[in-house]
Amino acid sequence: MPGLRDGIRSGINGLRAILKTPQKTQIWKSIFRVKHERKDPRTRALGTVGNVFLHLHPGKINRDAVRYSYTWGMGGISFYLFTILTLTGALLMFYYHPTKVQAYRDILYLEHDVPFGRLLRNAHRWAGHLMVITVWLHMLRVVLTGAYKKPREFNWCVGVLLLVFTLLLSFTGYLLPDDQLGFWAVTVGTNMACATPLVGHEGPFGPQLGMTQANDVRFAMLGGTIVDSAALLRAYIWHCVAIPLIAVVFMGVHFWRVRKDGGISGPAPVVLESEIKPEPER
Amino acid sequence: MPAREYVTAARKPEPPMPASVAPDPYITRRRITWTAVCAFLGASVLMFIRFFFPRALFEPGTTFRIGQVSDFGLGVDERFRQSHRVWVVREPDRLFVILAKCTHLGCTPNWIESENKFKCPCHGSGYDMEGRNFEGPAPRPMDRAHVEVDSEGQVVVDVSRLFVCPPNGGCEFNHPQSFVTVSGGRG
Repeated sequence: MPGLRDGIRSGINGLRAILKTPQKTQIWKSIFRVKHERKDPRTRALGTVGNVFLHLHPGKINRDAVRYSYTWGMGGISFYLFTILTLTGALLMFYYHPTKVQAYRDILYLEHDVPFGRLLRNAHRWAGHLMVITVWLHMLRVVLTGAYKKPREFNWCVGVLLLVFTLLLSFTGYLLPDDQLGFWAVTVGTNMACATPLVGHEGPFGPQLGMTQANDVRFAMLGGTIVDSAALLRAYIWHCVAIPLIAVVFMGVHFWRVRKDGGISGPAPVVLESEIKPEPER
Repeated sequence: MPAREYVTAARKPEPPMPASVAPDPYITRRRITWTAVCAFLGASVLMFIRFFFPRALFEPGTTFRIGQVSDFGLGVDERFRQSHRVWVVREPDRLFVILAKCTHLGCTPNWIESENKFKCPCHGSGYDMEGRNFEGPAPRPMDRAHVEVDSEGQVVVDVSRLFVCPPNGGCEFNHPQSFVTVSGGRG
């Protein structure tokens, strides 16, 4: 049966060719699109922008904009810490119950018996503390280099919101161990909200607008009038689901805007003036 | 760094508006659709906000009995601090109930017997035996709870009705229901 033999032979040859040069198959090309090679600047740039992970950075960048002495790398470090926090946080969720009975026990369990539990919990804790610091330093750098100025005003505002989300993440995470430190910190923090104008029952115009302990902004945060099980559950959901989701959306806008506003602000113009999109006069 | 120069876009002349605009069915449909979408989203936002204010609370009751007046000796009684967050203070002529909540930011102070004062561990507010602030950031004395004696002679406390003593006048600590008069007691 020569037909069958030929068929098998050609099949084997085809397989061999695939194994030898898999990058020539349609499957490979459909996944990797452009080969990342150093042939010439254009090919390198194409390989970068054709890759979803590498395209977070521009294909080309002003060399002054990647000097650590200029940028401090704080935005990137903050994002790196955020990814660490997401990973370690998701892992911690496998052992943590946001209930008054179990929360603190789960922390003790994580600290003393879960394999690598202490490592992961402390990685989460320290990355959280560090992220607050790096976000502030990032803001300081942006102030010092004047990177908040035109045309980056909008991205500065997005950054301020991201700072607020970072602080809210830090605050909501504080209560989750359900220990004395977090409990009283959240007691104090939410009591400050009572003094919010208009929506706090001890704030200016609050009582006049009918605010009481059972309907003001603190009540909405705690889900009750005292820091109890409802507050723990709310802190957990804000911390693990809602604020990270909102923050990720704003981070996407923030990074995209950095590119659209002409890259990281630098000592020299990053793009040619002729390349800037003309702006209608106000 | 030289200031960037922006090229001013030449302003295009406005297209002339037609004299009478007949209602375009596509625009009407678009408007109805967007109105419906916006109304739905607006209603959803209102729903989300309302959702965060539950009607029923699963919290400790605010009214409770603490016993007869004669059950309390002179001074500060700590028996109900853990269970109901109050101190019962008995003086020669009256008995009143202090809500154990610092008026600064809501922590629970400690009663320090040896120094005869309440001290808040959070930011150091200090109160005397009657709950009057004398040190630290607290703005006013600790609030007192509504008290009355029921038909069995039991003192009934209601911490949902509080008497406050703001620093700029209007102190309610002499309100008849902010204390129980002790008449002819052992003192």
